[in-house]
Amino acid sequence: MKINVFIERENKNITVNLKEGSTFSDLLKALKINAITVLTARNNELTTIDTKLKDKDKIKILSVISGG
Amino acid sequence: MVCKKCAIKPVIILPNSNVKLCSSCFTKYFEKKVYKTIRQYKLIDKKDRIAVALSGGKDSLSLLYVLNKLATTQKDLALIAILIDEGIHGYRELTIKDAKAFCRKYKIDLKIYSYQQEFGYSLDKLLKKINLNACTTCGVLRRYLLNKYARNLKVTKLATAHNLDDEAQAILMNLFRNNVEISARLGPLTGIVKDDRFIPRIKPFYFLTEKETATYAYLKKLTSQFSECPNITGSLRDNVRNLLNGFEELYPGTKHSIINSFLETLPLLKKHYATKKKIQECQYCQEPCSGEICKTCQLLERIKRNH
Repeated sequence: MKINVFIERENKNITVNLKEGSTFSDLLKALKINAITVLTARNNELTTIDTKLKDKDKIKILSVISGG
Repeated sequence: MVCKKCAIKPVIILPNSNVKLCSSCFTKYFEKKVYKTIRQYKLIDKKDRIAVALSGGKDSLSLLYVLNKLATTQKDLALIAILIDEGIHGYRELTIKDAKAFCRKYKIDLKIYSYQQEFGYSLDKLLKKINLNACTTCGVLRRYLLNKYARNLKVTKLATAHNLDDEAQAILMNLFRNNVEISARLGPLTGIVKDDRFIPRIKPFYFLTEKETATYAYLKKLTSQFSECPNITGSLRDNVRNLLNGFEELYPGTKHSIINSFLETLPLLKKHYATKKKIQECQYCQEPCSGEICKTCQLLERIKRNH
């Protein structure tokens, strides 16, 4: 299935191909992003990483990094 | 997949416990944890005049939002916000806009001071002028202005949005640089010795992770800016953060363990350094400092010499 992803930190949109039944956790692994460092949202609603993805989903990945 | 408390769709899996919470339960959990930290460490007195160090980013807006909620229930508690404009082009303008809009909406007095106005240079200009570490320079100048103006504004506590991640990073950075004395100043309530010239700094988000804080800001729609400071990439803090996040992924609970073990030793560290500590007055600007000349004046002198 094809997932449309907006990575806010890099300000770019990409398309990721994943197996049916994949989760947000699988998506982050495919993108080599540590789940601790981001929020994930579908239709602007926050999701947990064990949520299953659907074909043609539009996903946002937001960085949680603070200044320190 | 439902919230463990109310069986509604969860928005977060809590770090260190694997508990899933929905938006409403998470908000309650977050605020409860902030108020518990305030109570446990006696961070706020009923008649305090608190200034929130506001950058306009997601963390400090969340802090101002939570403390403003507290202030509405405690009549004698006064709340203002102080924003330091370092002059970071393409980044700070956006967060200042959010800070102004937020303070206007909630009728909070916002005071803005800038490096340009105070020192004659923005951070961007300073970094072009002389080879300096951006985060160290920025930290020295920002802390200087926050303390100076908080004192001038007769503030009794300065609240910062430092979270569990920030603190765990600071502990490791101080360890890597053999700066144990600086670690003695950390904790939910900062400082080693009391001195009227230093406004005590409090960290109500001390036990919350940056992911939890960002989640709260997102759910409360406090900002749409989730970008980070452009100067952070490649800094020691950035490397320590990546290291810690890598460890946390492999060994969940690492950051909490660092904080909890640090808090066990902190009273001893504070006691040890309190006897050695003597607050002096900077010969140039008369601000309090540990040596004869404060770090800010040392830095400004270095810049003048390179002019």
